[in-house]
Amino acid sequence: MALFQIAEPGQAQAPHQRRLAVGIDLGTTNSLVASVMSGSAKVLVNEQDEASIPSVVHYQEDGTVLVGSAAQAKAVADPYNTIASAKRLMGKGADDLSDTLFADRYLFDTDSGSLPAFKTQAGNKTAVDVSSAILQSLKNTAELSLGGELVGAVITVPAYFDDAQRQATKDAATVAGLHVLRLLNEPTAAALAYGLDAKEDACVAIFDLGGGTFDISLLKMQRGLFEVMATAGDTALGGDDFDHALAATLAEQAGITDLSDASQQRNLLNIARGIKEQLSDQTSCGFDIPLADGGSYKGTIDRDQFNALIEPLFKRSLKSCRQALRDANIEKSDVDAVVMVGGSTRVPLVRDRVSEFFGRTVLTDINPDEVVAVGAALQADVLAGNKPDSELLLLDVIPLSLGLETMGGLAEKVIPRNTTIPIARAQEFTTYKDGQTALALHVVQGERELVSDCRSLARFELRDIPPRVAGAVRIQVIFQVDADGLLTVSAIEKESGVVASVDVKPSYGLSDSEIEQMLTASMEHASDDMLARALQEQKVEADRVVEAINSALASDGDEHLDSDERTVIDQAIGDLQTARAGDSTDAIKSAIAKVEKVSNAYVERRMNATVRKMMAGKQLADVESDTSDT
Amino acid sequence: MQLDFSNNYFELFELQSVFNIEVSELDQRFQQLQRVLHPDKFASASDAERRWSVQAASRVNEAYQTLKQPLKRANYLLELQGLMLNEETDTQMDPMFLMEQMELREALGDVESSSDPYAALDKVGVQLNSQINDSADAFLASATSEDWPQARTVVRQWQFLEKLRQETKSLEARLDDAEG
Repeated sequence: MALFQIAEPGQAQAPHQRRLAVGIDLGTTNSLVASVMSGSAKVLVNEQDEASIPSVVHYQEDGTVLVGSAAQAKAVADPYNTIASAKRLMGKGADDLSDTLFADRYLFDTDSGSLPAFKTQAGNKTAVDVSSAILQSLKNTAELSLGGELVGAVITVPAYFDDAQRQATKDAATVAGLHVLRLLNEPTAAALAYGLDAKEDACVAIFDLGGGTFDISLLKMQRGLFEVMATAGDTALGGDDFDHALAATLAEQAGITDLSDASQQRNLLNIARGIKEQLSDQTSCGFDIPLADGGSYKGTIDRDQFNALIEPLFKRSLKSCRQALRDANIEKSDVDAVVMVGGSTRVPLVRDRVSEFFGRTVLTDINPDEVVAVGAALQADVLAGNKPDSELLLLDVIPLSLGLETMGGLAEKVIPRNTTIPIARAQEFTTYKDGQTALALHVVQGERELVSDCRSLARFELRDIPPRVAGAVRIQVIFQVDADGLLTVSAIEKESGVVASVDVKPSYGLSDSEIEQMLTASMEHASDDMLARALQEQKVEADRVVEAINSALASDGDEHLDSDERTVIDQAIGDLQTARAGDSTDAIKSAIAKVEKVSNAYVERRMNATVRKMMAGKQLADVESDTSDT
Repeated sequence: MQLDFSNNYFELFELQSVFNIEVSELDQRFQQLQRVLHPDKFASASDAERRWSVQAASRVNEAYQTLKQPLKRANYLLELQGLMLNEETDTQMDPMFLMEQMELREALGDVESSSDPYAALDKVGVQLNSQINDSADAFLASATSEDWPQARTVVRQWQFLEKLRQETKSLEARLDDAEG
């Protein structure tokens, strides 16, 4: 299978060398990192022997950053410099602050850019910065524990995350110096951890209620293939909301009326969380709240009271379940298993009511806190190339419809929700004025009719359109959603084939230059060997490229290339080898890009040929097995 | 993007370009292709190969979704005959069909105020499904006898019915969510 030799050139050289890759569950309240070791996925522990760390970051005045338990310990004493649940703000704008639970918990700078920033003593920090600090910490844990550098990570996101939230997560990884092998939906990761030995054609519902987000995914599983049929959810529903509802009741009972004290609020939330956790095992729970006057308030809460508080919140999750079933076109009775994921599924009311809804006992075999990271680690192992014969394949969907703003502020759907990804759709536009050379497009995500009710993703401007009379130009705009669920837009003028340039202005995200700045800033503290490492990495990459293209040329270069084409490619390879011998990272980089550019057509030809061959072979094999069965 | 291994969705899955395909065969071919083409199989490949894989897998997904759903498959067969539907110029409709549609629509409008909304909705749904099945049969008949103008008329009516089915789904969602 020549196709895979190009993909995995390293393997021929060092067959025993395992490429280190991890799965990361970047959660609202807790985060974990896991990796496959001696055939099974395990959660990795840090130097404090913790498998799961609180998703909390504390910023000190001197710029030191504390992550995890050490940061959590500062939450009550120093609330404004200690950021928790930043995931809820990923991909959100300043105007979204009122929807989150944040507005009264932190100090915000909402003027400095499109993204709201937490004001801390170490400067303004966006949710991307906070998440990046957590990822950096998990990366360190993994590299210490695995004893080497990571080739990449699979990072999980809520299935219901929109494009801006996914992009923000990927940006955070980039800033943390992590190569993202794939953004994987959390419920799909959980299904993976559960389902490798699934019976034929099982239909599984994954109910994932975490600290801050809720997802329901319905999957069809067979022989290593995980096909998501539909997903639905709520990216602002989770255990956090239970805590807040309970904390408000506690404050009321204790007669606390001044809610402006951030320390007191954090304390109430901590107490509320403790009560919630205890009520999972016992039917009532006593508590003790220190008051401003030095005294304290003692009280008790029983499970029924707590259930009444969270009932309206929980009901929102069932609404999503019904929507997913409708979208998948199946009945509750078609579901063969219901898997519970996320810490909040420990709440007895949640388990009971979900079980009642689907009419079957729910599965809780794998620790609901760890199952997502474990699934991500399994996928990372495959993507890193450690399991070339793996049958595993995940086919996921886009959770929310992608659309364009049309006349009158209406959203026209281009790619409907629950479409299997990757997917590309083209839409044709024309000019409405003579000599028009630019066209503005507004891309939105969501299910509502009005653009103003959908999420604004980006505004695009197509420039350099050839000037013609109105309606004479036909511009095809292509929406491509990749396997991470991320959208890219390109445009082409159909007559001339001219590719119009697309200026992207993300509505709630970072531009490439902003990410670069953050990268530079994060490297300021690092030493010069970062540069040396970058050069080394480029050299390794150069070797990989040369090896890949040479082995391809040796096997079928003559078949697919004429001598002129061959000369151009050989020339580029020679240039790359020269650059590799030098000390310029940039020169190697551009020489690699050159090789990839000139060999594009060749790669396409041989891939098409290979796939044709493979498919033909497969069908022959199927025919044979079919006849032997009968 | 032009993948040279096919420019017709049926050919891509090595199926005959007919309406009554074997769906299990389609499913199987789809899976075979994705097991080879999917971007996850190219995670550590070069940029060019990764781009190629995203495009190829996108095309396979698009083709699969088109052929999997009967109405889309019918529409696609018309497209292959060069008989695209055009919402702006296609305004003529059989009056009998329109009458039936109006009645169904009225029944749907009365669902929420009826004493048993779910039963009322069910009744509309059953009627609608039977009409949709009739459309599929009618399409198959005219496509098989290569009466494409008739096939096109059937698809236009079928689209009306499908739209109505979407509305019954939204109504069901509203009823469910009101129940809580």
